[in-house]
Amino acid sequence: MELGHVVVLAGGLSYEREVSLRSGRRVTDALRALDIPVELRDADATLLDSLADDPPDAVFPVLHGAAGEDGSIRDVLDLLDVRYVGARPDACRVAFDKPTAKSLVRRAGLRTPESVALPKEVFHDLGAASVLDQIIRGLGLPLFVKPTRGGSALGASVVHEPSELSAAMVGCFAYGDSALVERYIEGTEVAVSVIERHGRPEALPAVEIVAPGALYNYTARYDAGDTEFITPARLAPDAAERATAAAVTAHRALGLRDLSRTDLIVDPDGEVHFLEVNVAPGMTETSLLPRAVSVAGLDLGEVCRDLLLAQFS
Amino acid sequence: MEQHSRTDAYADRYAARAAGMVPSEIRALFAMVARPEVVSLAGGAPYVSALPLDAVGSMIGDLVAGRGAEVLQYGSAQGDETLRELICDVMALEGVQGSADDVVVTVGAQQALDLITKIFIDPGDVVLAEAPSYVGALGTFAAYQADVVHVPLDEGGLIPSALRETLDRLRRDGRRVKFLYTVPTFQNPAGVTLTAARRAQILEICAEHDVLIVEDNPYGLLGFEGEPMRALRADDPDRVIYLGSFSKTIASGLRVGWVLAPHAVRAKLVLAAESAILCPSNFSQLAVREYLLTQPWREQIKAFREMYRERRDAMLDALDQLMPDGCTWTRPAGGFFVWLTLPEGLDAKAMSPRAIADRVAYVAGTGFYADGGGRRNMRLSYCFPEPHRIREGVRRLAAVVEKEIRLRDTFGGVEHDGPGGVHTPGPGIV
Repeated sequence: MELGHVVVLAGGLSYEREVSLRSGRRVTDALRALDIPVELRDADATLLDSLADDPPDAVFPVLHGAAGEDGSIRDVLDLLDVRYVGARPDACRVAFDKPTAKSLVRRAGLRTPESVALPKEVFHDLGAASVLDQIIRGLGLPLFVKPTRGGSALGASVVHEPSELSAAMVGCFAYGDSALVERYIEGTEVAVSVIERHGRPEALPAVEIVAPGALYNYTARYDAGDTEFITPARLAPDAAERATAAAVTAHRALGLRDLSRTDLIVDPDGEVHFLEVNVAPGMTETSLLPRAVSVAGLDLGEVCRDLLLAQFS
Repeated sequence: MEQHSRTDAYADRYAARAAGMVPSEIRALFAMVARPEVVSLAGGAPYVSALPLDAVGSMIGDLVAGRGAEVLQYGSAQGDETLRELICDVMALEGVQGSADDVVVTVGAQQALDLITKIFIDPGDVVLAEAPSYVGALGTFAAYQADVVHVPLDEGGLIPSALRETLDRLRRDGRRVKFLYTVPTFQNPAGVTLTAARRAQILEICAEHDVLIVEDNPYGLLGFEGEPMRALRADDPDRVIYLGSFSKTIASGLRVGWVLAPHAVRAKLVLAAESAILCPSNFSQLAVREYLLTQPWREQIKAFREMYRERRDAMLDALDQLMPDGCTWTRPAGGFFVWLTLPEGLDAKAMSPRAIADRVAYVAGTGFYADGGGRRNMRLSYCFPEPHRIREGVRRLAAVVEKEIRLRDTFGGVEHDGPGGVHTPGPGIV
C-alpha cells in the first residue's frame, strides 16, 4: 500500500502548543524525506470540514496536552471514520490522568511512588495549612508536585522543605485544578519509548536524563543545552531489563497502541518506579523518543511510516 | 556503545552575553496567543489594517516598476538623504530642530538602541532606565552586559527627585552612568507621560551630572488630547540622542526607524551600522519616502489617533466596570498601553497560564524590570484588538483575577519564583 495523503496534526490550544508544533514539523519532515505527501495542520475550527472534504489516508496526531492526549481529538477522528496512529480514546483518557494510570500499572505489578491527588477546592474547604501538613506527615519529604493532567513538566517542582510546599502547590495550580503530590524517589531518571512493530510492543533503549539542577523542567527539556542524555542508560543489566519491561507492561496495562513513552526512576537498589506515560510523546529535536529511535538504529521517518501503514493491516 | 549527547552540543561555547537568552515556559505559552480564541492584550502590534492598503499597494508597485534599479539596490549606511530630510519634518512636529546630516536611518528604532548600546556600553557599565522600562531596550542592555539601574516613575513620568538620588548614590559609589534611557511620552509599558515641568527638571539634573539622555519616542504623535508634547531633544540637542520610528505612524513591517544624534556620535553610529548591516533596506526606506511625499500621512496619523483613542476608552471603561477591588491602573493620554497593578499577594507572572487557559493574554510586569520587580504588574495593550474584543478580554481577565484572589486567600501570598528565561512575547504576538 502506498500512502497518498497523510495529515500530521499539531498545535492545538494547549500549554504545549509550541512543543507540539515543533514535534509536528519534525514528523512531517521525516515523512516527506520518504516522499510521502504530508499536510501539517493545526487542530482548529477548520479541521473537521477539511478532513471531511478531503479525507486523508491516515492522521498522525502529535498534539500534546489536553485535547491531544485525553482522547477527545481521537474520539472526533473516530466519528469521522478517519484512521490514526496511536492509542484509542478510552486508553488515552486513562493514561492522561496520572493518578488513574498509576493505579492501573500498580495493579499490573509495577511500583509507583506513593502519592495523593488533590483538587484545589480541598485546600480551600479544609484549610491549606492543615492539608499541607497532613501531606508532609503522610508522604514525608522530599516530594514531587505536578498537575494530575498535562506534560512537559509544566507546573512541576521538587519540594525539599515543608516551607516550599505551599509555593509548589500554587505553581502547580497554574496549570490545572488538581495536583498530584508524590514521594520523590532519588535515582536515575530514564525514559523508555515503546513502538509496536509487527503487531507487538517493543521497548527501545532506555534514555537516561541528567538535567542541570536535577530537575528536568520545561527549559531543560526544550532548550538550556546543559541537559545530557545517555544511551543506553547507565543501569545494571538486570535493572535495564526491568526498566524496558516496565514500559512494555505499562503500555499493555493501559491498553495503549502504536507508540508510547514511559518515564521511570530507577532507584539505587535497581528498583524501577513508574512516574507517568505519554500517548503522544514529544518528537522535537530534543525529545526522547526520536533519540531512542536513532540509538536503536532506526529511522524516524520509517518508524512513522510503518505506524501509519499498520492502520491498514 | 554508550552515547552521551546534550540538547545543545554547543552549550559550552556561547559568549557570556548569551547567558540570559533562554526561552521559558511563559514565553512558550504565547504560542497559544496566536489562536483566535484567545483575546490578546499582550502584543504591542499596531493596527496596520487601518492604512489605505490599496493606495499603499499601488504606490509600492509603481515605485518598483518605475525606479526598481534604485529601490532594489544597496543604499548608504546612513540612509537615504531625502528620507532623512523628511524625517526632520516629522520631528519638527515635536519641536525638534535637527539636521538631516545628523540623522541615521535604522532597522526600526530597535536597531538604533542596539547601535547606541554597542558604541557606549562596556560590560558592567551603568544604564539608567525607568521602572518599568521597555522590554526591548532591557534585552539590548542585557545583551551588552550593562548594569541597568531603575529609577521609579509615577503618573507624571520619571520622578526627578528619584533620579537625583540615584545619580548621587551612584556618584558616591564611584560608578559612572553612561546614559539615561527614557520613553517620556506615552511610555511603554506604563502608558504615562513625563509632564512639561518634569521635562525641564530631568534635563537640568542630567546636565548637572553630565549624563547623556537616550529619548525613545515611538508614540509621541499618537496622543489623544491636544498638541504633541515637546520632545526632550528639542530643549537640549547636545545632551539628547533621539530615537524615532515609523512603526506606529506608518507600518511596523517596514522596519524603518531613525536616530538623531550629536554630530560626533552620529559618525560612530554610521560606522557601527555599516558593520552590523551594511545599510538599511533601500526598499523600505524608499517606500516610506514615497509615502511621506505622496500620501496624506498627517491625516492618517489623525485617523490612527482616533482609532486608538476609541480602544483606550473601551479598555478603561471595561476596567472601571469589571476589575475587582484592589486593582489599580494608569490612564494613558496616548500610545498603546495600560499598566495594571494587582492586589497585594498576587503575582502576574504566576497567573499567566491560568489567564491563557481562560483565553486572555497579557504581559507580566517582570519582563519590564531588570531587577525582578513588577511581580504585581501587567501590561495591557489596546492597540490591536477591536473594542468589543477588548471588553471581552477585560471581562475574562477580571474573572481570572477573582480566582487568583481566592487562591491567595487559600494559600496566602506565597513567593513563587516561577520559571527563569525570557518572559515576554516576540514582536509578532497579537
